[in-house]
Amino acid sequence: MTATEERTATRRLRVFRFKRGDERPHFDAFDVPVGPRTTVLDALVWVRVHRDHTLALRHSCLHASCGTCGLRANGREVLACVTAVRDLGLEITVEPIANIPVLADLVVDMRSMYERFPDEHPIIRRSELADGASPPEGIDEYVRFEDCIECGLCLSACPVVVTTGRYVGPAALAFAERVVEEPRGADVADLLAWADDPDGAWRCHAIFECTEACPSNVNPAARIMALRGSLLGRDLQAARKATPG
Amino acid sequence: MSTHEDPSWLSERDALGPIQRKGVGPGPIGWLDPRGRGLGHVAFVANRITGLGLVAYLYLHLGVLSMLLFGEDAWGDFLRLATTTIFLWLDVVLLFGLLYHGLNGIRVTLVGTGFVPDRHRALWWAGGVIGTVVLTAGALHILGGA
Repeated sequence: MTATEERTATRRLRVFRFKRGDERPHFDAFDVPVGPRTTVLDALVWVRVHRDHTLALRHSCLHASCGTCGLRANGREVLACVTAVRDLGLEITVEPIANIPVLADLVVDMRSMYERFPDEHPIIRRSELADGASPPEGIDEYVRFEDCIECGLCLSACPVVVTTGRYVGPAALAFAERVVEEPRGADVADLLAWADDPDGAWRCHAIFECTEACPSNVNPAARIMALRGSLLGRDLQAARKATPG
Repeated sequence: MSTHEDPSWLSERDALGPIQRKGVGPGPIGWLDPRGRGLGHVAFVANRITGLGLVAYLYLHLGVLSMLLFGEDAWGDFLRLATTTIFLWLDVVLLFGLLYHGLNGIRVTLVGTGFVPDRHRALWWAGGVIGTVVLTAGALHILGGA
């Protein structure tokens, strides 16, 4: 393939479409010119600019940091901003992430993910690493971001989430384990009690699809397993204390 | 602290929009959609299928045993049928189901209780090797009597 052909190659995008009031979703096909570095997000933005300005999609940082452009390309959970179109074949089916209500086209209601997190432990914690530094005007305090970018890809990839809306899912459980692992003064007893539930840590079937999907190397499945280890350790300790002698 | 009751979005999700599933059709049908799935997903689906097969076999087995109620002749007729080559091959399939489900169960237990949380792939392959050896020996034993 010559350099010119590389630049003028075309890929067909089959894009999931749904707007409020639609009876059911459908797919629209768009032929998109792509180059060697064209990402799925580039292709979708091209569609919106040149073919259909009503296409709803969400994105922000363009470098796999914000987690807002998560979707499924050919069935696989990806961040659209760092996924090359060339790696996905001649026809690419683009769908919103699964197991979360669709608001419009590729945009989902992330509230349904955040509601799974335990209420009394904030997702973002105050950073103790910058204690000596004074934040600039307009910023109350420095916060330390964990590896999770809250993209929801793990929730989409998990085959168990499909069976019950009550399962809190990989992201929330991985978050809980992160706090248990490094509590920084937090009382983790209530967090362990929260996770110790049939719809909590015990609902996971150790499938590891969440870990496969995670673009941020959080490894949610291993964290859930570690959380179970903590729960078992807690219960064994309690049983030992309760045993006379 | 949030509980595990139905979250609010669950009750209003119909108003929010459809919940996308994997694959075609509702709920767990998506488990059969292989696009982009990893070893863990394949292991999980195979575990479900072998589990259903074993449950079906349990009831079939109980049904077959009830033939004893119809006397020695009826049981003898069944035994002649059960020792034909095709039935012996079904025994091999049953052995595969038992081995897969049992060995995968041990894998999930070891991974799922936090003993080896990051070794699910290695355990699957180890179980595969053990299972293949036992299945081969078992199949030779079963079919050797055909």
